[in-house]
Amino acid sequence: MSTTTTLEQPKTGTWDGGNEPMKASYGKLMMWFFLLSDTFTFAAFLTTYGLIRHRHNPYIGTAEDFTFSTAYWPIPEKVFNAFPGFHGVDLPLAFVALMTMILILSSVTMVLAVEAGHRMDKQDVQKWLLWTILFGSTFVACQAWEWAHFITGSDVGMLMPDGTRFFGANLAQNEYGPVLFADLFFFITGFHGTHVFSGIVLLIIMFVNTVNGTYQRRGHYEMVEKVGLYWHFVDLVWVFVFTFFYLV
Amino acid sequence: MASHSHHAHDEQLNGEIPKPQTKGIWRVFVILCVLTAIEFAFAFFMEPGTARNVIFIVLTIFKAFFIVAEFMHLKHETKSLIWSVLIPTALLVWLIIALVTEGSYYGESVFSYFK
Repeated sequence: MSTTTTLEQPKTGTWDGGNEPMKASYGKLMMWFFLLSDTFTFAAFLTTYGLIRHRHNPYIGTAEDFTFSTAYWPIPEKVFNAFPGFHGVDLPLAFVALMTMILILSSVTMVLAVEAGHRMDKQDVQKWLLWTILFGSTFVACQAWEWAHFITGSDVGMLMPDGTRFFGANLAQNEYGPVLFADLFFFITGFHGTHVFSGIVLLIIMFVNTVNGTYQRRGHYEMVEKVGLYWHFVDLVWVFVFTFFYLV
Repeated sequence: MASHSHHAHDEQLNGEIPKPQTKGIWRVFVILCVLTAIEFAFAFFMEPGTARNVIFIVLTIFKAFFIVAEFMHLKHETKSLIWSVLIPTALLVWLIIALVTEGSYYGESVFSYFK
């Protein structure tokens, strides 16, 4: 074994990849442009939602008199009013409020992990990454419950022309209103949920690498920063999904 | 590989870890919570309509600004990177508005024709 170790030195010339356009590294720039492309995908969903929503009649009348009907678009506080453990209690938008808080909180713990990475504080990076994974997983679990409830339906259901009652929702019919309402719910929240799931997988990889000291040896925690960008983007998308699906 | 000299500070590798600077992060968290609370207040105490939707969209853009500027750190990047992200996004917003208004008009005329 030799006493001196010669480390492989990265080339730093402008045309050797040592140049950083916009003072951001290659990986970070590519993450930004990937997120930009992902914005286009979600914009397509948003456009579809806007057009379909516009094609249906809005509900006119008071919220108290509201009943589910295929004649008009349902009002969200009557569809999303359930909370785990409170069966039959009308709690409009309470569960989605909790989900929103969990996701915003996970975004905060993510920034804290990135901040700890800047200080080369391995212990703190591990701690905050674990919190982020925990909050992210809780969000996905909440969404799973929300979906299960949406698919199972209310106790009342919807009276069909043949006299039977239909409960819950699938892609072909649902008790809440027009067919496309449930379809858009599944596609938009489902696509967002898939993003959250991918984020959790990336965060777990970050956590394993941090524990193994990969980033400490590398001298920087930039990989955590890049995954952080993705994670905040997922939170950003939820802010829009929340507004257009649950509030408007 | 590009050099990352601006991240790695040699003195920090020797066990001296600076104190965390998290005040700004929690400030943004509080702002996001307050904006969400205001959205809920409008959802429950205001009649549905165009005015309420405009308020929702404005508040959403405020929330988006804080997430992108502070959490994603875009505010502190170079001007060229900021514009590289914002200009395509602005064009995209234009595209969405154009598609929804024109599409609605076109849809309406097609549906009325077959009525």
